[in-house]
Amino acid sequence: MIALYGHVLALAAIIFCLGLVCVVARRNLIMILIGVEIMLNGAAIAFMGSGLLWQRLEGQAFVLFLLGIAATEVSVGLALVLHAYRRSGSVDPDNYNVLKG
Amino acid sequence: MNVYALMFYATAVLITAATVLAITRRQAVHSVLFLVISFLGSAMLFYLLGSPFLAAFQVIIYAGAIMVLFLFVVMMVSADHGKEDKFPRRFWVQGLLVGFLFFAVTCAAVFSDPSGAVPLNLAMVTPKELGRFVFKQYWLSVEIISLLLLLGLLAAIHLGKERGRGKGGQE
Repeated sequence: MIALYGHVLALAAIIFCLGLVCVVARRNLIMILIGVEIMLNGAAIAFMGSGLLWQRLEGQAFVLFLLGIAATEVSVGLALVLHAYRRSGSVDPDNYNVLKG
Repeated sequence: MNVYALMFYATAVLITAATVLAITRRQAVHSVLFLVISFLGSAMLFYLLGSPFLAAFQVIIYAGAIMVLFLFVVMMVSADHGKEDKFPRRFWVQGLLVGFLFFAVTCAAVFSDPSGAVPLNLAMVTPKELGRFVFKQYWLSVEIISLLLLLGLLAAIHLGKERGRGKGGQE
């Protein structure tokens, strides 16, 4: 045996909550994107543990899709960060309160 | 406790410690580097949980490509803004409150269910089996993911383009 299934899920929950704390607490757009990546990684760990518990391949297939989604999300997100940085000269999300195009 | 359980718990401690260090660093470069360690630990965990293919993918895509992209943007953006990221206490209190509440609810849900006490046994999926499964059962999802990647590429090009002063540029 490797570990109890609950321990794998608890690890995934810890990683997800750390990402959540990073998203909520940090005042930097890049750190917020990093928090989203950490949360996606926690979800991937939960998928792997569940796939191993039920001996089904769906868990690993969804981890594969999750990698694609994470890559897309980070590329678009970083392009948005660069766009906003060029516009306002800052990476603090509190500075983006002007809706003028 | 056998060697696999020992490896699991050691990897879990490594991932958690690296992630905690990553989210508390003041400089974004440091947190990206700690995050690389965290994702390499996740790759070890994926190997342990039975998928060498996804472990290799995790190393190549997460720890390689995505983190290098982050490093590029960090270097482009915050070279002269090192002191801008302050640590306001009220945000940390809020964040820790939300995170702890979520964790408590999740743990209560996991450990109140009898499947939480089921031990996981060793198994391995070869890349061939995984590829056959994905392209047989989930081929539509593969197509959707590839379209999503294409759209992400187009969006990144469009957003990252320097707008000219003349036509169409509002800046």
